[in-house]
Amino acid sequence: MKKTDNMVWRFFASVRLALFSLLILATTSIIGTLIPQKNPADFYIEAFGQRTAQFFQMLDVPDMYNSWWFLALLLLFSINLVVCTIDRLPNVWQMVVLNNLDTEPERLEKMPHRHLFYGAGDGAALAETTTALLAKNGWKSQSDNKPTGILLFSQKNAWSRLGVYAVHLSILIIFAGAIIGSLLGFKAGVMIPEGSTTDTVYETGTGKPIPLGFTLQCDDFNVTFYADGTTPKEFRSDLSVLENGKLAIDKRPIIVNDPLDYKGITFYQSSYEPMQGFNVLITNKNTKVSQFFQIPFGQKISWSEGGIDFGVINQEVRSRMGDVQKLKVWFSDGTGEPSIFWMDNDTTQAITTPTGTYEFQANQVYATGLQVAKDPGVWTVYAGCALMLIGLYVAFFLSHRRVWVYIVREETANRCRILVCGSSNKNKLAFENEFTALVESFTHDTTFQNA
Amino acid sequence: MNSSQLLGITTLAYLLSAMLYIAIFVFRAKKIDLIATLVTICAFLINTAGIGLRWYESYQAGIGYAPLSNMYESLVFFAWAIAIFYLGLEFKYKNRVLGAFSMPFACLSMAYASLSPQFGKEIKPLIPALQSNWLIAHVITCFVGYAAFAVASGMGIMYLIKDRKTPDDAGSLLASLPELKVIDDIIHKTLVFGFLWLSAGIITGAVWANAAWGTYWSWDPKETWSLITWFVYAATLHARFTRGWGGRRIAWLAIIGFLSVIFTYYGVNFLLSGLHSYGGS
Repeated sequence: MKKTDNMVWRFFASVRLALFSLLILATTSIIGTLIPQKNPADFYIEAFGQRTAQFFQMLDVPDMYNSWWFLALLLLFSINLVVCTIDRLPNVWQMVVLNNLDTEPERLEKMPHRHLFYGAGDGAALAETTTALLAKNGWKSQSDNKPTGILLFSQKNAWSRLGVYAVHLSILIIFAGAIIGSLLGFKAGVMIPEGSTTDTVYETGTGKPIPLGFTLQCDDFNVTFYADGTTPKEFRSDLSVLENGKLAIDKRPIIVNDPLDYKGITFYQSSYEPMQGFNVLITNKNTKVSQFFQIPFGQKISWSEGGIDFGVINQEVRSRMGDVQKLKVWFSDGTGEPSIFWMDNDTTQAITTPTGTYEFQANQVYATGLQVAKDPGVWTVYAGCALMLIGLYVAFFLSHRRVWVYIVREETANRCRILVCGSSNKNKLAFENEFTALVESFTHDTTFQNA
Repeated sequence: MNSSQLLGITTLAYLLSAMLYIAIFVFRAKKIDLIATLVTICAFLINTAGIGLRWYESYQAGIGYAPLSNMYESLVFFAWAIAIFYLGLEFKYKNRVLGAFSMPFACLSMAYASLSPQFGKEIKPLIPALQSNWLIAHVITCFVGYAAFAVASGMGIMYLIKDRKTPDDAGSLLASLPELKVIDDIIHKTLVFGFLWLSAGIITGAVWANAAWGTYWSWDPKETWSLITWFVYAATLHARFTRGWGGRRIAWLAIIGFLSVIFTYYGVNFLLSGLHSYGGS
């Protein structure tokens, strides 16, 4: 591609613009870390006053990372990346695929690293020895017969010149993944009480209902604490998925950092809420019959087959959230006095009446709070991230190193002049050492005499 | 012996190490060259043992986690990363004056961790959000990067000290510093190394966030500041690669970049609120 002098093109291809975009993105990004984001309008009026709040709303400051001007800056940054790449890549590509056996002898004489040898005998034999020597030092070479002599060439990591463009491309891939996610995905949340189901979740921010296309059931939720009694150790929900009346997933436990994925929609454990009610399991120890109930607080329940009436008549809560620590149970099988007792939440109590013995197990009903995400762009983003790390490594730590050996027969002296030379596009110091080692290996070979 | 005691000794050992290197620089005390290096290696090994023992103790306490989960533990690891990075630099460049501008960072980090009353040093159980192997990958990648940036800023300071218009007053002192060209090269290589690890740190953080919350990027202040830092260093590298910046300008940018790192690491936890708030205790 021909270099263009078009002013607009030059502007978008410039490193000056890249520096400007990077620094303007860095400085504007600070705003959103100082001013809390995505709060209701009243918050800003209260915190900053009516006029400032109005000004903020005008510039979308409360949601600045999605504002038109911030997205425009990201777009400018992307255009800069694309144009700069289109502008430079062809030249760089030329360097990668360049046939270095075409290099002019005059240019070889001006290489940054050079060393001159002489060798007796004809060129072809010397070229063979040289090829072997190069190979011994890790330089796989090709050769070409020139009118003036024999040229040998070897290179390493020519493709590493593309590293920086891989990094640029990776940023665009990450942006593409983010766009796919925001167009085709959603972020939502839902609370499901134990034993309940839902086929709808609610979009974060807007609360718009989103149908799942299947039914999600919360079978159980548990929170466990460390020995200190206050630090939560684990939030765990057992989730089942029902689709078309069939059980697709049966009681899969999820915890924070280990979500459930079903048909591209992922359910994350994020919170919980205690409900006004209890899960109760009553077992008649004599008949071995047991029955499960989910009961509200403060209501008399009858289990007619068991001949039992019971209810939770009082409770003690541990926190403002309403976690029940103890509950007071009223229980009667119609014989003798009713049993009234306090028990700890999530424990089992034995009850003895004149006619039977029972086990009474009770725990408070919780609702599990799930974050729900569908993001078909996430793997694109990850691919971009992987490419970025590889690209950075290649761009920073690998260099394109080239070595030429030019063998010219000097008929008058009955010998050959051998020029060993090379260059590296980066990390010159390391190449200097590598080149010195190569020269030394020539020096040690008796075929070659130092000039 | 418990890990707190070991890490207390580490603080003193880094202090001694930093003082020895400063003595080498200020008094040109060549004789203590080897002692300074040996003290630093010992300090590093004690630091390593302290982290290892704390890890072991967490299992003894029935909790069991890599000690990288709060401000105290991260400062200890920061010091560790600075020390190993510096030792690598010393090995490569065979110049101990570099230590006078690197090891004080390790010393400050440990001293702050040990002496500040605001950080709890006891081993506390991990809340569910932190129970992930990504925690280890995220913290290690970030802090290796931060350590490189700390050293780069130290080299930046060194450059600015050496590069003065009137070298007469302290001429002989400055002579012991490496050539400006060499310092410039060290700054550049260190920045490049740090940038790769910072990128990896942001990426591991994003992957973890996606595993825990279903969002790899949510513009929370910590994430945003890490990105700001990334932008600053990206701009620095572009200025150098393609506009040929070097010398004083890159030295200043290395210092400015590190201020951004400090704000990302420390400022965000204490001055702003967000998802990383547990890092503050």
